[in-house]
Amino acid sequence: MSKIKFQRKFLAIPYGIFLVLFVVIPMVLIVVYAFSKTDPVTNKTTFSFENLTTFFSNSYNLHTFLISLAIGLGNTIICLLIGYPIAFILAKKEYKFNYIIVLLFVMPMWINFVLRTAATRDLLFTLGLSGGDHPYISTMIGMVYNYLPFTILPLYTTMLKMDRSLIEASMDLGANKVQTFTKTIIPMTFPGIVSAASMVFMPTMSSYVISDVMGERQISLIGNIIQLYFDQGLWNLGSFVALILLTIILVFMVATRNMEKEDNVRGGLW
Amino acid sequence: MVKKIFAKVFIYFMLLLMYAPIILLIIFSFVDFDYIDFRQLFNGDVINLNLYKELFTGEDGEVVVQAFKNTLLIAIVSAIVSTILGTFAAIGMFYSKKRMRKLYELGGQIPILNPEIITALSLTILFVFVGIQFNFFTLLIGHVVLTIPFVVLSILPKLKQMDNNIYEAALDLGAKPSKALRSIIIPQILPGILSGFILAVTLSLDDYIITAFTRNNSFVTLSTYVYGVTSKRGAIPPTLRALTAIIVVVTLIVLLVINFTSGKKDNKRGKRI
Repeated sequence: MSKIKFQRKFLAIPYGIFLVLFVVIPMVLIVVYAFSKTDPVTNKTTFSFENLTTFFSNSYNLHTFLISLAIGLGNTIICLLIGYPIAFILAKKEYKFNYIIVLLFVMPMWINFVLRTAATRDLLFTLGLSGGDHPYISTMIGMVYNYLPFTILPLYTTMLKMDRSLIEASMDLGANKVQTFTKTIIPMTFPGIVSAASMVFMPTMSSYVISDVMGERQISLIGNIIQLYFDQGLWNLGSFVALILLTIILVFMVATRNMEKEDNVRGGLW
Repeated sequence: MVKKIFAKVFIYFMLLLMYAPIILLIIFSFVDFDYIDFRQLFNGDVINLNLYKELFTGEDGEVVVQAFKNTLLIAIVSAIVSTILGTFAAIGMFYSKKRMRKLYELGGQIPILNPEIITALSLTILFVFVGIQFNFFTLLIGHVVLTIPFVVLSILPKLKQMDNNIYEAALDLGAKPSKALRSIIIPQILPGILSGFILAVTLSLDDYIITAFTRNNSFVTLSTYVYGVTSKRGAIPPTLRALTAIIVVVTLIVLLVINFTSGKKDNKRGKRI
């Protein structure tokens, strides 16, 4: 007989260890690396704010940061504008084969996204829009194309749970279409909007693949900076940039904390 | 009525747009020019199966097929690891005290919320810090970190729907915990495990950044291969167009089969996705 009686909760221990080793410790390392520097001669690591000053004194970095913010925001807004009506239509009960259509929106993921992006580039090129001449337009198209499914899914899940009789009630009680939309539909689907935005904004800012392929390397995003530091082995500076992104995520999480509490929209997705 | 037709047209038009680049690749898998250009189609007799022959016999095809094999290998191995570890994790979390469960959930949220590049960079720093050489194992860890939280999230709801008394009854009737786990709990949450596995494969197949950071440079996957060529303004390797066509056809067949065998009797699962 073993002394410790088997309990089902023990089954999660390997996962806990895995998370500590490969999620928590690496995150701590990022913070440590962001605020330290290694002397190349003595190989000694010391606490320092040097990465902060190096990053912010470089006007190229600031420029890149602002462009990333603009592209991230733009992509989030466009994806929501296109994805919202799609999800709204798909979530209506009368459409029998909706599930298949939703799946169809996700299926391009089985073709790797770099390949998909390159194919989009070729399609635009053969239609007369070259990434070399119009890097911003083609990058934005590539971004929307890639992140639209991630917008549709959380919106779709929230809208399935939405009580549609409230829309009729609002109309019956004399609200016009615009009022019904802003006072009834938007508040009911707000968790989905927040979730969709969080799945688009950050990845857009920090990805470098789409801008590299679509914009033919003429546009630099935050991701490019991190990748550049990675290539040069400048871990401290790379960590500092990553820390900036982490801070933005944290602010976003705190700001939207109360909205997602009820149920995890993203988790229910699949 | 007009509104409904408009809605349908809108949906199908958006779908067509989403698939346009893939359709383009499929069309040009029958045209063996080095790059894609619609004008080529009007040059008379250009349609042939040369790219398919090249894919399976040519030198160019060999590289592509090897990259495809590597992509599948890491996707399947990492999905298996994630599914096994994630299934145990979900069961364990479900029976843990609330505070412990919250901790696990918080830990799992980190890779979900983080952009891929942060996960990739943090793992790279860990491996450099510890002094591990980049190899298949580091790549595997990267992909498991990417996929495991989603596996856990797809299994947990199934546990909540499960009838808890059957497990207790099995123990009372003399079954060992491991036996009760295998024949009572696992079958009840199997749909969640399966969808978790499929999701893990999908995420892994689609990944580029984590692969690029945590792999050994000799391990070429489809995404790293294509990025290497196309980010330098190069054309998509022509044999890849043939490979894409094959993948799309196979995926469509699988989807249709799944839809016609399980979709009808189990409508609830469909609604969830």
